[in-house]
Amino acid sequence: MTVTVDAFRLISRAQGEYARCIDDGRMEDWPGFFEEDCHYRITTAANHSEGLQAGVIWADNRRMLSDRVSALLEANIYEAHTYRHILGQPAILEESDEGARSETGFLVVRVMRDGSSDIFATGRYLDRYRFDGDRARLAERVVVCDSSTIDTLLALPL
Amino acid sequence: MTSTLPESSAKTEQGRPEWPEELTRVPYWVFQRQDVYREEQQNLFRGPYWSYLCLEAEVPQPGDYRTTFVGDTPVIVCRDEDGELYGFENRCAHRGALLALDDRGSNAKDFTCVYHAWSYSLQGDLTGVAFKDGIKGQGGMPKYFCLEDHGPRKLRLAVLHGLVFGSFDEDVPDIEEYLGDEILSRIERVLGGRTPVVLGRFTQLLPNNWKLYMENVKDSYHASILHLFFTTFGINRLGQRGGIVVSESGAHHVSYSAIDREAEQDAGYSDQNIRSDSDYSLADPSLLDGFSEVGDDTTLQILSVFPGFVLQQIQNSVAVRQILPRGVESTRLNWTYLGFEEDTPEQRTVRLKQANLVGPAGYISMEDGCVGGFVQRGIAGASDEEAVLEMGGASAASSESRVTEASVRGFWKAYREGMHLRQEKDK
Repeated sequence: MTVTVDAFRLISRAQGEYARCIDDGRMEDWPGFFEEDCHYRITTAANHSEGLQAGVIWADNRRMLSDRVSALLEANIYEAHTYRHILGQPAILEESDEGARSETGFLVVRVMRDGSSDIFATGRYLDRYRFDGDRARLAERVVVCDSSTIDTLLALPL
Repeated sequence: MTSTLPESSAKTEQGRPEWPEELTRVPYWVFQRQDVYREEQQNLFRGPYWSYLCLEAEVPQPGDYRTTFVGDTPVIVCRDEDGELYGFENRCAHRGALLALDDRGSNAKDFTCVYHAWSYSLQGDLTGVAFKDGIKGQGGMPKYFCLEDHGPRKLRLAVLHGLVFGSFDEDVPDIEEYLGDEILSRIERVLGGRTPVVLGRFTQLLPNNWKLYMENVKDSYHASILHLFFTTFGINRLGQRGGIVVSESGAHHVSYSAIDREAEQDAGYSDQNIRSDSDYSLADPSLLDGFSEVGDDTTLQILSVFPGFVLQQIQNSVAVRQILPRGVESTRLNWTYLGFEEDTPEQRTVRLKQANLVGPAGYISMEDGCVGGFVQRGIAGASDEEAVLEMGGASAASSESRVTEASVRGFWKAYREGMHLRQEKDK
């Protein structure tokens, strides 16, 4: 079977928009990058290599991601801050016309209101994308942070 | 010229202001001073107290070990070939280097220091010194050097329902006596007769003194005020009863809430126990579809053991938390999320979902990660001022109300005794 879809282009485009969405603070748009029956979790390299399932954020559908956004906007208390995502090029691990599996390295700088900018997280996205025409949506994103330590708290998603 | 110092300015021999007599005041310098930090390590963490080390399930086989800390002292917990657990300092008796560099390991036969290859048994006994007899009759240790006289300090260990505690002080009371029946029975309630399975481990680095986190854990007053998640989404159970238990010494506590069947029935809410008067609702309310954790009506139980351990059941999110001081203004909070071997696949999924409530990104816990920092920063210029702890009175006794700071006062009661801050009056 010949693959006619350019997975690299679709995924790169989706990830560029994903990072821009979070970094611009448009949290309410973030669930839109996922399929309805998606899985999303943030874990650490240590947990991942040991096969431990829990996440600091764990969702098995898009409604849970919407709830995460509502909680961040309406309920949870944390100091104002922004992220700057710097993403590597996606490595395409498997691809077909329907979708692909990919891995992408990331670095996220957290900028606090007092101006301090620190490397908050580095790691990799382990993704399963589904293609729909010219659009790639996440069926699964496992965010594997390199470090097992989170400074203060994790509010905005990675 | 003479001047009279006001009473509050009286200084102790350490040059610190005197600790207030009442339990309702906590001077802010206790969160700021390096000398206090040093004395805590000596008097509390290396003193006659029990510190949580790891789960027994994390060291199941002979040769399995984990490295952790008692306060800021690095330690190794290891299962020897005899099947028993041993704990000792992670420090070579020669020049002080760490003996084990990894968080965990298995199939260990011994621990050998990388620096000069002094080696130790799995019980922490020095068994070998490289080039002990020198080479070709030259060098080597003196004839009178005796291996048995050297070794890392050993810990006394206690295993309680799968939790491994350790103490450097041989004179620490037995763990059962240390905790008392009320605390013991509530540990047993969650862990008794079950085999915990680790679902994940996360560490939160808190920008504050460790005691600010312990105060937060014991503070049942802040829960519905700082953590707005349940209120915002209108998830308030009508029929709830609860209370707090403070151990006699003040050191340990339990805060709990349970479904109040009687109240629910009286109010006619027997089949509708969720009230929603909020503008917001969860798109996926299954987050809170749980099961009775151990077959009773208790939906929340937060339990702390002095100085730095927490066992938590929040609905079906069960976790242990280890609180480790990392300097005057820095604390490591180690979360270990638990399931049990007995879980059905559906129950396991509930636990993974409800873990969203807790941890560094928890719906009802992320605020606890930053609020200690807010205090630490807030008190920067206020060393001589004091925190006010008068909610619910002045005592450190158990109560049926959770609108109280009694267990926070209990912490300070135990703390000032352990730190000899008001020796004569505590007796």
